[in-house]
Amino acid sequence: MSVAFCGLELAHPVINGSGTFDAIAARRAFGDALDAAFPFSAFVSKTITLRPRAGNPPPRLFETPAGMINSIGLPNKGLDGYLTDDLPQLARLPVPLITNVMGATAEELSELVEAVGARDEVAAVELNVSCPNVATGLDIGAVPAELERVVSAVRPRTGKPLIVKLTPNTADVAACARAAEAAGADAVSLINTLRAMAMHPASSGSPPTPWLGARTGGLSGPAIRAVALAQVAAVAAAVDIPVVGMGGVATGRQARDVMRAGATLVAVGTESFRDPGAGGRIAGELAELEKACKTGQDRQLA
Amino acid sequence: MSRPLAPFGRRACRVTANDGVGAYRVLRVDDHDGPRPAPGQFYMLAAVERWGAGEDERPYLPRAFSYLRRVGEELHFMLEDVGPGTARLCELRPGEELWLVGPLGEPFGPPRGRAVLCGGGVGIAPLAALQDELDAEATVLLGFRDAEHAPGAALVRDARVATDDGSAGHHGRVTELLERELGDGVEVFACGPPPMLEAVRALCAERGVDAQLALEAGMACGYGACFGCVVATRDGYARVCVDGPVFDAASLGEVPAH
Repeated sequence: MSVAFCGLELAHPVINGSGTFDAIAARRAFGDALDAAFPFSAFVSKTITLRPRAGNPPPRLFETPAGMINSIGLPNKGLDGYLTDDLPQLARLPVPLITNVMGATAEELSELVEAVGARDEVAAVELNVSCPNVATGLDIGAVPAELERVVSAVRPRTGKPLIVKLTPNTADVAACARAAEAAGADAVSLINTLRAMAMHPASSGSPPTPWLGARTGGLSGPAIRAVALAQVAAVAAAVDIPVVGMGGVATGRQARDVMRAGATLVAVGTESFRDPGAGGRIAGELAELEKACKTGQDRQLA
Repeated sequence: MSRPLAPFGRRACRVTANDGVGAYRVLRVDDHDGPRPAPGQFYMLAAVERWGAGEDERPYLPRAFSYLRRVGEELHFMLEDVGPGTARLCELRPGEELWLVGPLGEPFGPPRGRAVLCGGGVGIAPLAALQDELDAEATVLLGFRDAEHAPGAALVRDARVATDDGSAGHHGRVTELLERELGDGVEVFACGPPPMLEAVRALCAERGVDAQLALEAGMACGYGACFGCVVATRDGYARVCVDGPVFDAASLGEVPAH
């Protein structure tokens, strides 16, 4: 079930969502068995920023009905730490590497894209545009005109495929996708997490205390699957560039739904927390469904 | 004690027994394909059937537990029903299946002196595993809330007990028993509720005694993927799942309350 994506030839259509799988830590836990059974056909790094970030104060997790809210805060070693420490280790993975970067300004993003794009180990670059603009306070990716301006500035800085990770926390995600396409993006990926909040279960004071250290976070898991499907379909209908669809996918059938909505690749995120091998399992289920479909054995009313 | 690696992915394991010990349950699980874990390591557990649809439609994520001991090819886990995840795990019957990922995390290091084991509540689990592996007999001090929980002490050999309500053993905190044991050449191995661990850490720091603390933290994955389980150390945030759960007490600032 190999698939072509932005000039890359991938073994199957299932990759990971940025920030949901740390291949370096997973190697510490599982050893070489990780590489032997690597669950994704390409690996997307967690978000890299220009300078190191410690991340948000704990607690960082809250379990919800069929999902979770996280407020991790993009901890990372910064660009230099990534290039020096992480990249050599990630380059040993048996699949192409996509590096995800975030910056607060077009200049920051340009610097990051140029630096990671210049490395042979990096097959493609993904832009995390769910970062508040320092001047306006709005997420760069939430406003089509702002998104187009930033992606246009970044685009010439690398010849590698450029994927724009869209935020769902916007009025018109299709308009944002069109803006990314107009600015020269090679692909778009969605959905990022939905902004969410949880009260402290023991909170009785006034004002009430949120549970998460950063007050709000992002909702993920099966709870957002139906929202993701609608946004993927809206974006796929609006652009001609390939779409990476994600949001609560936990089975091959759900992955197929996302592809039927127009996605070329499907990313798995939160399900990997429950099942480290989820990506490989879902790719296998997807291939089985494809086979069943061809032989007419796919019975919707079974 | 080098760190055993987990097989990649989750595996379905059959529950062989679920016995009550006071307010606790001891779940026995057949893990004949799994490697031998090292004391202090933990597993992520989730019921294969009916994981979800409990209180608030939870649980959704697996739950992290240190193993209590490994007997033959069976893993034992000590549980207390304190929420929708533990409630479901506590009701599992022999024959039902459990998803298991592990063993995970950094285990206890070998004792650098005379070992004193200090635990509270379900935190006694990794100490039972450690006691099974130690060459020399160690002093074991356990704290429990009340008479309902104190029977948990039977899961560890030759333990001295403290209860908050005085219903069994010493009336007071387990750290009051610990204080009398501290001296030259002692190393403390502790696991328990955060306030107890913080008391152990502060006491050992004050008395200049080495201590290894097994921390607990809510975690989504257990293998370093989610970055949700961090604890503040002197070198910044560390992930309890891959950098711990066992930490040298001197590397921690303060054990946080949650």
